[in-house]
Amino acid sequence: MNPSLELEQFVDRVMVELERKFGSDTLTDDPKSESVSMEVKGAVSANASTLTTIKVPKPKWQEGLAELIESTPARIGVWRTGTRPLTKEMLKFRCDHAAAIDSIYGEVNEQILSRFDLFTVETRYGNTENYLKRPDMGRIVTAAGEELIRVKCRSHPQVQVVVSDGLSANAIDANLPDVYPSLLDSLEAYGLRAGTPFFVRGGRVAVMDHIGELLEPDVLVLLIGERPGLVSSRSMSAYLCYRPRKGTVESDRTVISNIHPGGTPPVEAGAYIGTLVHKMLEQKTSGIHLDL
Amino acid sequence: MNLTTTVLGQTYQLKSMKEVLAKANEEKSGDQLAGIAAEDAKERMAAKLILSDLTLADIRNNPLLPPEKDEVSRVIENAINEKIYGEIRNWSVAELREYVLRQDTGNDQIRRISKGLTSEMVAACTKLMSNLDLVQAAAKVEVVTHCNISIGQRGVLSGRAQPNHPTDNIQGIKASLFEALSYGIGDAVIGINPVIDSADSVKSILLATKEVMEKWSIPTQNCVLAHIKTQMKAIRQGAPADMVFQSLAGTEDGNRAFGIDVALLDEADELIAREGTGTGPNLWYFETGQGSELSAEAHYGIDQVTLEARCYGLARKYKPFIVNTVVGFIGPEYLYDSKQVIRAGLEDHFMGKMQQIPMGVDVCYTNHMKADQNDMDNLAVLLAAAGVNYIIGAPMADDCMLNYQSTSYHDIATLRETMRLRPAPEFERWLNRMGLMDNGRLTPLAGDPTLFM
Repeated sequence: MNPSLELEQFVDRVMVELERKFGSDTLTDDPKSESVSMEVKGAVSANASTLTTIKVPKPKWQEGLAELIESTPARIGVWRTGTRPLTKEMLKFRCDHAAAIDSIYGEVNEQILSRFDLFTVETRYGNTENYLKRPDMGRIVTAAGEELIRVKCRSHPQVQVVVSDGLSANAIDANLPDVYPSLLDSLEAYGLRAGTPFFVRGGRVAVMDHIGELLEPDVLVLLIGERPGLVSSRSMSAYLCYRPRKGTVESDRTVISNIHPGGTPPVEAGAYIGTLVHKMLEQKTSGIHLDL
Repeated sequence: MNLTTTVLGQTYQLKSMKEVLAKANEEKSGDQLAGIAAEDAKERMAAKLILSDLTLADIRNNPLLPPEKDEVSRVIENAINEKIYGEIRNWSVAELREYVLRQDTGNDQIRRISKGLTSEMVAACTKLMSNLDLVQAAAKVEVVTHCNISIGQRGVLSGRAQPNHPTDNIQGIKASLFEALSYGIGDAVIGINPVIDSADSVKSILLATKEVMEKWSIPTQNCVLAHIKTQMKAIRQGAPADMVFQSLAGTEDGNRAFGIDVALLDEADELIAREGTGTGPNLWYFETGQGSELSAEAHYGIDQVTLEARCYGLARKYKPFIVNTVVGFIGPEYLYDSKQVIRAGLEDHFMGKMQQIPMGVDVCYTNHMKADQNDMDNLAVLLAAAGVNYIIGAPMADDCMLNYQSTSYHDIATLRETMRLRPAPEFERWLNRMGLMDNGRLTPLAGDPTLFM
């Protein structure tokens, strides 16, 4: 995380705190107020994260504005200069874009993989640049990986769980520790048996089809890092498919996207994936054919 | 049909119409990924030269994907007006380009020949046009459509309010919608991409948007961009949908990957006419984007510009209210950088307008593409000059659900002021009544979302 960005968010929060205390009409981008806010650094409580900065100068309903802003991570209540965004808001956007670009080039933390006993295979992606240009290579596990999967994994499992970095390694680091245990609990609660899980480096969603051919699971669950956004560069998706094979089409897959603390909470997501797997096994289908 | 030419001393012999069309494209990572792009700039020019001398009849007589094998081809083929085609069948592609650009060729003339053109002919012409050609020619075409209100008039730039939320939280969706309305955005549609593709979720979002529209008497239309089957289920359960939405591909197999076919679209078409809440006659919203067929491995070796044109050929059957290419969404494997995205945005807009499609553009990029917000500023200005019907409005251009960046509420307001464009007339009258706009300019009240609480 960019330290200056954290600082800026912190400053925003402090300014709101000040505003609540002193009831000032509006907050300005005046550098003087920033220096004031820095002095009260120690006075801000740790749960200040829900506080929001009010930029609209004379809103029709002041309290209402805070309510609106808190209801969504979208950049609203941002005000304007003429028809253009305010300077700080525009720069904040650019900072977030910089952070998102950085997360594409990260690596998944090895400790997390070993904590959940995930061995690693690679696709034919080669390197990040090639990964971006050649999604077809991210859909095929290397010959060495195929061999490893054959040796290590139980074939024909009821449920096969696979994890992949996809477009955001950070997403796996941030969400797997919560999603994975709750998914296992949920599967167990439904009396379902999971096969041998593993990690795929450089994977694309359709790598499910190749793995489906290799292991022939009834349901395959792929937990994969999403393309990073600005609000969440750590968002994960779960793709589920009943009997994935070569030639499976997109609409046969069921997806739960936006798994991160600000979206679908990771623990809930894990439990929900279990429920979906159960339904897929019952209905023997997935994707748009699945009746939810 | 001559497929041979000489460029700078080197002779090129291409094998098929498919190869000529693919290699005549401007450079795109998607054509390279498919293995069908020109090897180098010289070969690209050879293909363009060959293409410029081919006739429209050559294109029709050498189908890339025969109608017997593909229903999208059948839809396009069935729509041709044979009399008008007969008048232009011997034109070369070069002559088609020059006809479109002539000063005495206006909206009516283009509208007329469009009835005799296939999507492939439009795509062929596009490959011979520069970016400014694409801007000027598209600007001649006016496609006005009506759902609850009319949009698309000359001088009008509409905006889709896209108040998405990462958990479909209704309060959050409304909050972002209020912000959009306070900037004068939402005349094209209030359109939400849901996270949860279920009938219940679709219904609750449709109800919530409808409630806001009714409470403030907002002259616009609502839509939830779930899968068509989910929307149909919601509508049958009584959800108030003014329009139905679906993503389209340019081949039957591509559409199958989206879980649709022409029969299903026909069924939805009947349903929205009978049970939708929109006035019509235009009750569809389609999205497209170069690369989706290749992504679904359903491209048949056809280039992505031609396939994109075919999406519009299919869309035309359903007389849509709005259509937009989501130009930079599909990823760098299809459009690598800002140069390619800008080119594709102009191509798609032109190809849609040439087929009488009420064309908007989601001017956008993802974070793994070599592009940034400045590039979107550029493309938005170009499209505004080209007379685009609408662009997308997301809060500060950042869609917190789909995780990509588009254009913002601020951007649409800025383009209107800078390019002397206005919201749709009925919507502008409403903005005037609300005190948000005066003489086409935002008032000091604009930008306060609490006006709608």
